[in-house]
Amino acid sequence: MIDFDYVRATDLASAGRAGAAPSTRFVAGGTNLVDLMKLDVERPLHLVDINDLTRADPTLAAIADLPNGGLRIGGLARMRDVAWDAKVRERYPVVSQSLLLAASGQLRNMASIGGNVLQRTRCPYFRDTAMPCNKREPGSGCSALVGINRSEALLGTSEHCIATYPGDLGVSLVALGATVHIYTPAGSTRTLPFSSLHVLPGAHPERENVLRPGELITAIDLPPLAAARRSLYLKVRDRASYAFALASAAVAVDLDGRTIRDARVGLGGIATKPWRSHEAERVLIGKPATASTFHAAADAALADARPHRDNAFKATLAKRTLLRALTEVTA
Amino acid sequence: MTWYRKLKGAASLGQPLDRVDGRLKVTGGARYAAEYAVPNVAHAVIVTSTIAKGRIKAMDTSAAERVTGVIKVLTPFNAPRLPGAPKPGPHTESAAAPRPASMRVPTMLQDDVVRYNGQPIGVVVADTFEHAREGAGLVRATYASEKPVLDWSKAPLNPAEEVHPLGGERTVTRGDVAKGLADAAVTVDHVYVTPLENHNPMEVHSTLAQWDGDSLILYESTQGITSVRNTVARHFGLTPDKVRVVAYFTGGGFGSKGGPWSHETLAAMASREVNRPVKLVLSRRQMFGPVGGRPRTEQRVTLGATNEGVLTAIRHHSKSTTSTIEDWVEPATNQTRLLYDCPNCETQYDLVRVNVGTPTFMRAPGESTGTYALESAMDELAYALKMDPLALRKKNYAQNDPESGKPWSSKALMECYDSAASRFGWANRNPMPRATRDGKLLVGWGMATATYPARRAPAGAIARMMPDGRAYVRAGTQEIGCGTYTSMTQIAADALGIAPSMVRFELGTTDMPENPASTGSVTAASTGSAVHDVAVALRQKLVQLAINDPQSPLHGAAETDVRVDNGALTLLSDAHRTEPYSALVVRNGSRPIEVTVASKPGADAQQYSMHSFGAVFAEVKVDPDLAIVRVPRIVTAHAVGRILNAKTARSQIVGGVVWGVGMALEEETLIDPRTGRYINADLAEYHVPVNADIGTIDTAFIEQPDEHVSTVGAKGVGEIGITGVAAAIANAVYHATGKRVRELPIRIERLLT
Repeated sequence: MIDFDYVRATDLASAGRAGAAPSTRFVAGGTNLVDLMKLDVERPLHLVDINDLTRADPTLAAIADLPNGGLRIGGLARMRDVAWDAKVRERYPVVSQSLLLAASGQLRNMASIGGNVLQRTRCPYFRDTAMPCNKREPGSGCSALVGINRSEALLGTSEHCIATYPGDLGVSLVALGATVHIYTPAGSTRTLPFSSLHVLPGAHPERENVLRPGELITAIDLPPLAAARRSLYLKVRDRASYAFALASAAVAVDLDGRTIRDARVGLGGIATKPWRSHEAERVLIGKPATASTFHAAADAALADARPHRDNAFKATLAKRTLLRALTEVTA
Repeated sequence: MTWYRKLKGAASLGQPLDRVDGRLKVTGGARYAAEYAVPNVAHAVIVTSTIAKGRIKAMDTSAAERVTGVIKVLTPFNAPRLPGAPKPGPHTESAAAPRPASMRVPTMLQDDVVRYNGQPIGVVVADTFEHAREGAGLVRATYASEKPVLDWSKAPLNPAEEVHPLGGERTVTRGDVAKGLADAAVTVDHVYVTPLENHNPMEVHSTLAQWDGDSLILYESTQGITSVRNTVARHFGLTPDKVRVVAYFTGGGFGSKGGPWSHETLAAMASREVNRPVKLVLSRRQMFGPVGGRPRTEQRVTLGATNEGVLTAIRHHSKSTTSTIEDWVEPATNQTRLLYDCPNCETQYDLVRVNVGTPTFMRAPGESTGTYALESAMDELAYALKMDPLALRKKNYAQNDPESGKPWSSKALMECYDSAASRFGWANRNPMPRATRDGKLLVGWGMATATYPARRAPAGAIARMMPDGRAYVRAGTQEIGCGTYTSMTQIAADALGIAPSMVRFELGTTDMPENPASTGSVTAASTGSAVHDVAVALRQKLVQLAINDPQSPLHGAAETDVRVDNGALTLLSDAHRTEPYSALVVRNGSRPIEVTVASKPGADAQQYSMHSFGAVFAEVKVDPDLAIVRVPRIVTAHAVGRILNAKTARSQIVGGVVWGVGMALEEETLIDPRTGRYINADLAEYHVPVNADIGTIDTAFIEQPDEHVSTVGAKGVGEIGITGVAAAIANAVYHATGKRVRELPIRIERLLT
């Protein structure tokens, strides 16, 4: 960890200005950033603490109904608050579940929603400055391609990076088709689909999202979605709690009798960004909710999987996870 | 016959007394090594290598030296040479030079050789921890790198004559195994693999070093203050009396703190260089490599038996990894020579030297890994024989030590089997694999035998009776979380005939009477005997004082007529003739009455074979599609001699069982195959069980005081709890799924079909 300075922003405008300066990071819960700073993976010279922004604008941490029937979650709301919110639990169980299956109680008390969706990969080579990593040090090479790659991704990889997006909430949000509200340092706001927030590694794995310097996630909107009430997050991992997903599935299904009217499928633990499987959704929609439909959807979801030495099993595991999630959510 | 057995109504021994240091611990009052506030202290952070093998060509420390507050950067190129630093092993993987198994050979900036990735190669000292850490991140080493030896399957096997397990021989044979196998109607022959593991106590290793002239004080997180004192003194060419080690509380060690590594001497070196006290705390990453771990083992077990299940041959060959620094052998076959009655037995060790940190003792070193292999093989033999696994063990029950022929000092294994089996409901088990279900989940039941040697080492203690009737008892042992403060308090209280609240037991400095390291489950038997003996001696001295004191109401009485109860000396023959310890001491000038003893094992150790035993039964539930294994229930029974404190003893077993669950399903240190870099060097990625992984743990003790082992009848309970657990779970997984996984941990991909 290097020496850095630290300011507390009191309003969005000053936060945006300060955050746009070079070598600057916003900090809210700090559960990911501070960890990475201790490892020298993140080496900002300036930290802008945004926790006080809620004094001027309490909606930044609020969970509120939208006129369209959706729900707006403030970027500074804590994981715990969203996970246990009655509206979230009733209308978007998949969001609550993906939060409660993530991290630990202590971390969920600290971590903000805006920070959570930007959580950086757990790839061991990214987290160790002694090892080459294109994401951390562009052009240095990808150690995971030939190293221990059990935790790495099967979908969305490139020859430059196979690091897995580690989060759970993001998988639910991408499946639901959430929208992100972003404050820009120019003082304006912009919105974009959650699915556009993260980018594939391609030739530039150091770029993980489309946020520009000084931009802040102020809110995430959950859309009104009939399927969301029948939704579920299933996470398979190496121990019962406090572990990242080997494979996870966020599913939402709207049934008409036993026919699938609408379906949303997100996959975690196996992709380089929050992964929505339109392929699986296409197989599901309009079909009967049967085991053979679910099998076909799982096969479609993983059709493009590119396994490496240690993680081939995750293709099978991800299919079974999706199969189980679909079976349970339609039971 | 020991004193407390004669005492009626005074016995605190065995009671589940709350920890006497519990309040200090939960309020933060218990001070650990890095928590001492020493004026003018400087902070040191270790720099570690980023290659696994080669030489350091140069180290650029200029950027680190420019960081505000950085006082000194030590590297192999400027570090002082230590007169007593041991020489690490030859820089090859197959050298035939004599390399007896040693305890620890540290790396202390004495040469430019890199022997594993993560090896200490520098120390940055600064006015604050933050400055030292920033400086450490800026030190750049350049290397003449060589290709490390990391693939253990391709690493050269050691020259056979070079393997020296601690206290043993490479190959031990009894009877004729070839004939035993030829005579067998049924044989099983499989290889079982256990991975590299690291201890990861909650408290990372830490040292605070302070010189006063040529005398050194080390506040240290250790299981062995005496070995730290002696080793660090030797490094600096000092006599041991020049070094004082203080460790009042140690936050777990599990073997990794059994003796010193590199950082103690590096802290002392840095302190001398900057002429200030220096605090050095390892990072969690630095817990992987520089302070030991469990080696990888590959164990081939061959069993032969008659159709009736009588063992005719046992062969157990274990190959384990060590470093290129020194040879350390995981003693994985020791239990195999004594657990079952079989005339033909052969055990053998081999080593491969790879570029990783030196392995060391890790909870039940040998028996944890060895019982996994042996007890898995016994389960496989039971299926091959179509015999109940418990019945197979009982069939081959060893009435005497089959290796030495000596009688056991005590053995209640049969009672352990019966107690645990009955509480578990083993009789209801459907023997067919993959035949029991709970809804969608496959249910499996497995069992294994647990065992660990009962050892006792010389130990000393000093006791004082104070004028207020309180007793002070001191022994230079360690509190590593096992409850030593509490159990020793109970022993002293009973032997003196006073309440535990009237005893203050102190430990943890090298100027107290010498005691063994808190390793190998020796503390209860060793320190416990010393504390018992010193308290009995003090009591006798006080009784003598009373009956020889004309002013005492007990004057002239026979010693055998005196009983002590709740601090009062009273004649058995006349309850009116009584006085408290306090009155006796006050009348005799109020000076504390003091006794010192040195206690050591007697001749019984030659006459008897001394071991603890137990039985572990495990239930697993396995998701057949997702291959997730859960362990809802473990039932144990252990015979570990006298239980000194029912609560802390149970905690030891529960902790061992929890670790066994981790060993079976989760734990593995991962090494990058090209660079030897430790890949999962933090507690998020190096998995140990969380609460949600643990179901019911139902423990029981078959209490059988063993006074051959120790005066207090205790055999030690620290290690045995983990033994047998991994095998019981692996056997249950087979019973649930029909799939035998012969490599730990049993992760999802090893079970997914």
